[in-house]
Amino acid sequence: MSAVFENVTCKFCGCLCDDIAVEVEDRRILKAKRACPNGLGMFLNYDPTLQSPLVEGKEVEWDEAVSAAADILSRADSPLIYGLSSTSSEAQRKAVELADRLGAIIDSTSSVCHFPTTLGFQMVGGAACTLGEVKARADLLIFWGCNPMEAHMRHFTRYSANAKGFLTPNGRRDRTVVVVDVRPTKTAKTADRFLQIEPGTDYEVLTSLRALIKGKDINEPVGGLPSEQIKELVQMMKTCRYGVAFFGMGLTMTAGRGYNVAEIFALGAELNQYTRFFAMPMRGHGNVAGADQVITWLSGYPAAVSFARGYPQFGPGEFTSVDVLARRETDAALIIASDPMAHFPRKAAEHLERIPAILMAPVTNCSSQVANVILPTACYGIDAPGTAYRMDNVPIRLRSVMQKVRPTDEEMLMRIMEAVKQ
Amino acid sequence: MGNLFSLITGRTIGQADGLHKGAGSEAHLKATALVQICQEDMNRLGIKEGDIVRIRSNAGQVEAPALKGDLPTGILFIPMGPTANELVETDTLGTGMPPFKGLRVEVERI
Ligand code: SF4
Repeated sequence: MSAVFENVTCKFCGCLCDDIAVEVEDRRILKAKRACPNGLGMFLNYDPTLQSPLVEGKEVEWDEAVSAAADILSRADSPLIYGLSSTSSEAQRKAVELADRLGAIIDSTSSVCHFPTTLGFQMVGGAACTLGEVKARADLLIFWGCNPMEAHMRHFTRYSANAKGFLTPNGRRDRTVVVVDVRPTKTAKTADRFLQIEPGTDYEVLTSLRALIKGKDINEPVGGLPSEQIKELVQMMKTCRYGVAFFGMGLTMTAGRGYNVAEIFALGAELNQYTRFFAMPMRGHGNVAGADQVITWLSGYPAAVSFARGYPQFGPGEFTSVDVLARRETDAALIIASDPMAHFPRKAAEHLERIPAILMAPVTNCSSQVANVILPTACYGIDAPGTAYRMDNVPIRLRSVMQKVRPTDEEMLMRIMEAVKQ
Repeated sequence: MGNLFSLITGRTIGQADGLHKGAGSEAHLKATALVQICQEDMNRLGIKEGDIVRIRSNAGQVEAPALKGDLPTGILFIPMGPTANELVETDTLGTGMPPFKGLRVEVERI
């Protein structure tokens, strides 16, 4: 007999769509209605059966795996706790506690996606809004260096371009969509205006927009755009009713990184002299925003935090994972709900092969191949409930659609903590 | 050398789908082991779709099939994944973020 669960949250990406209808039979998910292909893949490919933990490739009892993990972490001089973006905020909290106890470095996958957003935000601050407001009010949407049609596939229908809201009853017809990117992405093809800029010129273009808003004049092309086009965009921004600039890794990963983001935050804030305007990062993984939130409550900083001295220290470029690994400054790693072996540059990933590593995750991935201890935990949002933060920093409940038989990340972290104490 | 390009890496639907089948799975490797290049640059370098090209950066080199991409000239696109990771350098300029976009690479037909 199958059962259908309504309003289940998909935690694959930062949209955290909480309207999925999940049909379950015999602890297998048959359907996940309304989920996009990305979310569907997560629901349908997860196998919730209990699996033995592995130590050095051998199946062992959970007690043995926990003590092996605790052993690796307590022996290390400079352990690294990395990942956290697909786990629950409850587990993130335990991870920070463990980092504190071990004197470890803790860093999230933010480090390789929106960490420059943090740096930009620290420089200039920003004006924030929720996706609910965007849906209800926004009549100008700018997507800068991001491609929701492939990475956040329901963003348009649920929250932005096509969503029908209080002051936007006609959905797409009530909104103007502008895309700024270096290539004609799938998202660009759906836009009312596509401004194709030269690669690496985001900073210049953003600064020109700010200059024009401040009343300065520009008469030459910037980033390959004729000045008329830039002026036209400024006019659209100043005269809209409610504008939002969503931005992605086109800003955070290119030259300028945090400085690009500082410009877009400043631009958003300055436009409030004329209208209501906001800038919002398109956060990737389901709970990567939660990792920033939780690590900040507990340590004062969102990522790249070291507890080595007994108090939290923040070090972009110093305690960020790629730097730590590439410089070989860690001698053990606890990887939680992420896959650095698949996503890090080779030179950084290589160090993970050298040092003892523990992987705590619901699925096998590239990092399983280098982990000495593997703890197959439950998948939050499928067989364990929890909390995750949407890209607008609104916490959303992750429901579970079946009885869990696997331990959760939170339970595992508590057990490791106990074992470390002994 | 006229074969200098700026490499951008990014997500694609195929790459995400491959991840669900398991990072490191056949589907994931297949969806990420390719390089997109625009028609004009293909003509200039004498590359046809499906030809294997060698791409080199300061960090390493890879060989991958070329695919026609909707890109400006001088730009290469590789989906995020193991192929791209061979090329990406680890100098983060104090930001934690490696140069996943805008990396200088050299391309040659083999
Ligand atoms: S847009 Fe994101 S959260 Fe929504 S269904 Fe797709 S993957 Fe899941």
